[in-house]
Amino acid sequence: MRILCVILCLLALPATAQEIRRSFGRQTATVRLLVRSTTDIEVFSPVIDAFLAVRPDLAVDYEQWGSNLLYDLTLSDCASGRRGADVVISSGVHQMVQLVNNACAAPHVSALTTALPAALRWRDELWGITREAAVIVYNRDLVPPEDVPLTRFDLLDLLRPTASPYAGKVATYDVESSGLGYLFAFSDAREATTFGALLESLGRTGAVATCCSAEIIDGVANGTYLIAYNVLGSYAQVAAQSDPRIGIVLPQDYTLVLSRALMIPKAAAHADQAEALLDFLLSAAGRAALSDVLLITALSDKAGAEDRPPLSETALRPIGLSPALIVALDQQKRAQFIRRWRENLSRGVRP
Amino acid sequence: MNSHIPPWQMSLVARVALAVALLLAVGGVLVSVAAFAYGRQAAQDAYDRLLVGAANEIAASIAVEGTELLVDLPVSAFQLLALAPEDRIAYRVTGPAGELLTGYGDLPDPPDSPARSLDFYDATFSGEAARFAAVTRRFAERNVSGPVQVIVGQTLRARRALALEITQRALVVLAGAGVLMSLLAVFVVRSALRPLDRLAEAVARRDPYDLTPIAVPVPKETEAMVGALNGFMGRIDQQVRAMRGLISDTAHQLRTPVAALRAQADLAAGEPDGARRDAIVTRIHRRTLDLGHLLDQMLSRALVIHRGESVRRETVDLRDAALEVVEAGDVALTAPGVEIRLMIGERAVMVRGDLLSLTEAAKNLLGNAVKYGRAPVRVGASVEQGRAVLWVEDCGRGPSAALLERLGRRFAHDSVTRGEGSGLGLAIAAAVAQAYGGELVLEQVEAGFRAALILPLAEGLE
Repeated sequence: MRILCVILCLLALPATAQEIRRSFGRQTATVRLLVRSTTDIEVFSPVIDAFLAVRPDLAVDYEQWGSNLLYDLTLSDCASGRRGADVVISSGVHQMVQLVNNACAAPHVSALTTALPAALRWRDELWGITREAAVIVYNRDLVPPEDVPLTRFDLLDLLRPTASPYAGKVATYDVESSGLGYLFAFSDAREATTFGALLESLGRTGAVATCCSAEIIDGVANGTYLIAYNVLGSYAQVAAQSDPRIGIVLPQDYTLVLSRALMIPKAAAHADQAEALLDFLLSAAGRAALSDVLLITALSDKAGAEDRPPLSETALRPIGLSPALIVALDQQKRAQFIRRWRENLSRGVRP
Repeated sequence: MNSHIPPWQMSLVARVALAVALLLAVGGVLVSVAAFAYGRQAAQDAYDRLLVGAANEIAASIAVEGTELLVDLPVSAFQLLALAPEDRIAYRVTGPAGELLTGYGDLPDPPDSPARSLDFYDATFSGEAARFAAVTRRFAERNVSGPVQVIVGQTLRARRALALEITQRALVVLAGAGVLMSLLAVFVVRSALRPLDRLAEAVARRDPYDLTPIAVPVPKETEAMVGALNGFMGRIDQQVRAMRGLISDTAHQLRTPVAALRAQADLAAGEPDGARRDAIVTRIHRRTLDLGHLLDQMLSRALVIHRGESVRRETVDLRDAALEVVEAGDVALTAPGVEIRLMIGERAVMVRGDLLSLTEAAKNLLGNAVKYGRAPVRVGASVEQGRAVLWVEDCGRGPSAALLERLGRRFAHDSVTRGEGSGLGLAIAAAVAQAYGGELVLEQVEAGFRAALILPLAEGLE
């Protein structure tokens, strides 16, 4: 009966919307947990495996989505009362805050959730499970060490000369198509006045705005771009481990720190198992698994292997789970912000 | 000691404890309700201010650009609302025509249709109870004119938590006050009951034959009780004294006549001469009569004293006593032929006392008058100078002044010591008079000699 329901629910989904889908665990498992996430499946699968090692009675169907699509889907599931995912994990935490604000989430309280700091949980319906920095990525081979920008001011200086070699070679997320990119840009705008100058410089030098972490990092590695701004550090570190051409900088003026947010939708079919997954991710074993795949990092700048002074704690700007993030998704605010962005940056090469 | 207390009788401490407990319980409930109401109101006010602050900030951020209204939603407004960190936020901005500018389109409208500049209301926000503030800003631009309404709402978690916290704090203070009051009550009750303990201790420590009044100082409230106790002990004391006096008197008074009788009887037994023995027997007979008379009087006195102590006092008309004395006719037996007149008027002569005792006293006085005075004898009752008088008069000159004084001393003391009846009769009369708050007065009057019981008139009566 329950399986039948799950199958029907899955059938009811728009079949082509998700990018990638993979199943973990035994096919005979009685409960199949549906996880929708923005996290790269390759990055996250060791974590799922670690969870299933603890709970062998479960199976996990993992769907990887873009943050905007995931938000739209979850919102429509919520509005229609349709049974969608059992767990939603997104790097677009402003979207997650909005979902919780729209009463789409189910509460859960355990010793592990209450142990979280206040900035990493909201209403006991939304929890921050990772710790990732927004970093500057550069090509080690093509950017000389003296040019490596350690701060946003350095980046501005690189772009200032009229015949800068970096013109047209700087990439960043497109704020319209990437929820995470919008969140980073929005947080930058709130954080410092540098953002206006940066936006102007990027626009003037013909910087490229594109959609996805993987695409940007590949572009830096193969020399299409020399520098990428506001890239999610976890992905960059994973790439840097296998690709010596990739260098990483935690901006020293300030570094945004993101905690991917997890919520359990109200209509989740397997709320108990979803809570088990949450508690696992917050447990020591789960945190170790997340650390292994660099979703939780110490932010000591060691990934770049350069000999730079460690980032001071005051330079860290965690994006806390707060209802203030609702502003980011306000229709008018978002329209104005994107218009301002668009006035500076033309849409870059898109796949 | 407690075993004497019937089981259903609640101790004073328990009564006071119960009263204090009830007082604390009722007061506690009332204050708790008040504290909760106050806490709710305080939380409501505090968070309403947040709502207004945020709504005003949003209203201030609205700008006119061409024909369009632009809302540049300030993050600070939401940071203000995020001071209630666990609450969901609802907001909406609508233009002059009621069109949605930004925010949640499905929010409930304020209940009052005429848009005031500030309005609070309760409604639900996606299934959860919430509080809303509506602020209206009026635009008068070339292209845009009319009210722009900003609605900001918040769910109630923070309010409830604050209300609960305020209430809890108030209750902690209240509980502390309750404990303090209980301790104070214990102290007060103990100190209030300490005089009673002292009294009980004093009574318990007393010698069983000690019937003197209790001298322990007691509070006013228990004075009546102690007074009653002292009165009770005083009566017992009087009775015991009277009894002792009676016994010693009796023993003393009977010894002499009985010894004389025995001597006469011995004489008679050893008298060979018949004629002289007859004379002795005659004497013995006379002596026996006297002894009988003496015994009667002593019993009468015992009766009078006993009744004076124990019988409840009633309102008595002294005329009844006088009438009773004359009509009983005892005198007629002992002294036939003596003329006795009853002198009573129309007015009642009311006193508080015992009719039997008063009659007995008057009989004794009459007996004396008949025996020692001169006929005619008059018996009467009247009111003289505001006092009730029951009197007996004869026409003789009465006893000599020396004898009168001696008599007075005797009846004032205990009793006569010899077997003649006059002193004892007077002693009885005097005792009765004393028992009812009066006195016995013996005096020469114009017509002769008068013996009178002078008693206070019964209050409220003539």
